[in-house]
Amino acid sequence: MSNFLSLFLALIIAAITYGTPLLFGTLGEILTEKSGNLNLGVEGIMFMGGALGLGGVFYYEKAGGASGFAAVGIGILCAFLAGALASLIFSFLTITLRANQNVTGLALSIFGTGVGQFVGEFMRVRENGYISIGNHLKGFFQNSPFPGFLQKIPVVGGVLFGNSVFFYLGLILAVGMFVFLNRTRAGLYLRSVGESPATADAAGIPVERYKYLATVIGGGVSAVGGMVYIMTIAGCVWNHEGLSGVGWLAVALVIFCMWRPLAAIWGSVLFGALMILYLRLVLPFVPTQLYKILPYVVTVIVLIVSSMRNNKEKQPPASLGLAYFREDR
Amino acid sequence: MEHSVCAIELQGITKRFGEVVANDGIDLKLNRGEILSLLGENGSGKTTLMNMLSGIYFPDEGQIFVNGEPVSIRSPKDAFAYGIGMIHQHYKLVDVFTAAENIVLGLEEPGKLDIKAAEAKVRDICQRYGFDIDPGQKIYDMSVSQKQTVEIVKVLYRGAEILILDEPTAVLTPQETDKLFDVLRAMKADGKAIVIITHKLHEVMALSDKVAVLRKGKYIGTVNTSETNPQALTDMMVGHAVTLNIDRPQYDKPVERLTVKGLTVLDGEGVKKLDGVSFTAMGGEILGVAGIAGSGQKELLEAISGLCPVAAGEIAYTPEGREPSNLVGKTPMQIKKAGVAMAFVPEDRLGMGLVGSMGMTGNMMLRSWKKGPGVFLNRKDPNELALRVWKELEVVTPSTDFPVRRMSGGNVQKVLVGREIASAPSVLMTAYAVRGLDINTSYTIYNLLTEQKMKGVAVIYVGEDLDVLLELCDRILVLCGGQVSGVVDARSATKEQIGLLMTRLGGKEAEA
Repeated sequence: MSNFLSLFLALIIAAITYGTPLLFGTLGEILTEKSGNLNLGVEGIMFMGGALGLGGVFYYEKAGGASGFAAVGIGILCAFLAGALASLIFSFLTITLRANQNVTGLALSIFGTGVGQFVGEFMRVRENGYISIGNHLKGFFQNSPFPGFLQKIPVVGGVLFGNSVFFYLGLILAVGMFVFLNRTRAGLYLRSVGESPATADAAGIPVERYKYLATVIGGGVSAVGGMVYIMTIAGCVWNHEGLSGVGWLAVALVIFCMWRPLAAIWGSVLFGALMILYLRLVLPFVPTQLYKILPYVVTVIVLIVSSMRNNKEKQPPASLGLAYFREDR
Repeated sequence: MEHSVCAIELQGITKRFGEVVANDGIDLKLNRGEILSLLGENGSGKTTLMNMLSGIYFPDEGQIFVNGEPVSIRSPKDAFAYGIGMIHQHYKLVDVFTAAENIVLGLEEPGKLDIKAAEAKVRDICQRYGFDIDPGQKIYDMSVSQKQTVEIVKVLYRGAEILILDEPTAVLTPQETDKLFDVLRAMKADGKAIVIITHKLHEVMALSDKVAVLRKGKYIGTVNTSETNPQALTDMMVGHAVTLNIDRPQYDKPVERLTVKGLTVLDGEGVKKLDGVSFTAMGGEILGVAGIAGSGQKELLEAISGLCPVAAGEIAYTPEGREPSNLVGKTPMQIKKAGVAMAFVPEDRLGMGLVGSMGMTGNMMLRSWKKGPGVFLNRKDPNELALRVWKELEVVTPSTDFPVRRMSGGNVQKVLVGREIASAPSVLMTAYAVRGLDINTSYTIYNLLTEQKMKGVAVIYVGEDLDVLLELCDRILVLCGGQVSGVVDARSATKEQIGLLMTRLGGKEAEA
């Protein structure tokens, strides 16, 4: 195997690792935005998911739990509930009270970051300054769920079968969401709510219920992404840095992949690659900060190109960010 | 047919929005196999009443009966369950969905979503009543009348026996209107009960069996169409007789005010929206502009006012006692600064002309914000103007600070037209100034325009109603497909003559 190819494959595998938290964050936000709710609080939601997911697994282990399957399940569940709760606040404010979504989302972002930091630090101080998962359980979060011989297939083995279990869960979720949105009745209704709530309402679709459910579930899914980040990239350890902007990247990725769950798969891998490019492709005189803005630059370019092409299909949900009130004219 | 049981009966329906009583004790009856026209001025509560039947609003008082049974319609779903389907004035369709997807929206059918089966059923309905739509076509690719067809098929698909159409002909060409009426008659023959909300008296006379009249939220009465005439209906609507003749005095010394030569305008895709348009607008004259919707009326007005770039041609403007100057290439602000005062009533009254959340005073200020001393705004004059418009045009609003967004459509238009006229222009352009207005208000607007004409203003009036154009204007410019197909003298021209010019250009059939 040539040197270049092995470097390239290593880059892809690292990109998948970094892209997986993004994939969850993005899929959750796509679901939310398909209902017409623009939840800018993804960063805060993922922060809470990360802190509570880690906390759940940590106390499970402390209580003597050793089942990897249960640990992963608890991590997902805790993170999901944290995100769902945060999104419930958002939903209540924007759907029931019809507060401005941008303002509420930004507030949630700050609030969630604070809550995540507080919970993380609180646990850390109580547990004598260090929160970490033991190597046994760590393996279930970070290693591939596939048997070794599959991973050893030359060239493609590592890329196809060597990733953490969350990447495969993310793939299943993305395909499931695609089928849900495009092939089922409920998916059609959800999209109609996001495109034109007045139309959906006149057709007898319970607009508020769809908005609540999509936002709460979407927030839960995004929060799982935060947990995945802490458990894989951050090494199952709580530190001050937390997620450092992954949530914002997820919001950008939603735009980049034009609200399509399947596009989110390769989009998240691409963004993951852009996130770590500064480690792999070091050019002299180019500061790392320039690398780090690459995902945003790409998003801006995609926005420019897509609005110039004026494709009616690849557009944000028409009523994204707008509150709906039936008797308002 | 069962005479005793009505398809729909309303008893004492009352609905309030805050302090405003939109419907006040309305009684109404409708049998199967009948078409009822619901007639009334703007803000008389027609749409509100029908929204209560379709479950959008819930009545504060009163009882609705469907097929003789007392019912409570709490949501659009309930309305479907009772076989009531409403076709709204603003189509409720999702642009990025296909016709079939829109049609099955909200429909609780057992089993999983089967678009193929739905499409087959849609084709079936289309064949039965003679509709012409493709169930797999996306809404954004459809014409206005196709979208309306989708709306109608949508309610039929749900097995509606009672259809309510809110101003269905407002956006249709005469041919499309005829087609719609044929379909409605076919549905009537099929035993369906149909309510049609409209302002247009000739449509009432042509289509309906019965006419119910509302005035200011109150029920005035129901008459059989065969036993009434437009004059009697107008009297019922407005409460007092309205002169059907528009006063048209002649200005003694018309002068050339605006000379347009070979004006060509392209849209974003490079398609010619206006093609070599030439005409002269005289001060002291109302120049009517007629044409099928989308023939270039909007582009013409926007090009003159500097909102839309001109590809070729010139617009020479001659102010009172000065040399002519070319307006092409100037910005709207420059056109204003050069001493050219132009008033423009955009087609979309809320979208372009007014700020919905501001009151009348604030909206008056949008035209005069430059006049205040220094950085501070002059609030006094705009408020006086707002009070004047409020009084003279009889705008129904609690105060001049009440957000215009919450006024009814007709009142919004009065505010807009009132403001434009108040800026004392020398060329006054209006597009669809009376669209959606009731007869009384329309006449107020006509009189205002005539008043401006007698002051020597060149008035350009883009209108839809040919009868009004023929009575109001001095000359009529007819557009067809972006070209001038003729200029006629409104005093001697006939409706047929203009109708012919609207659809044909130089003797040959216009494309689509």
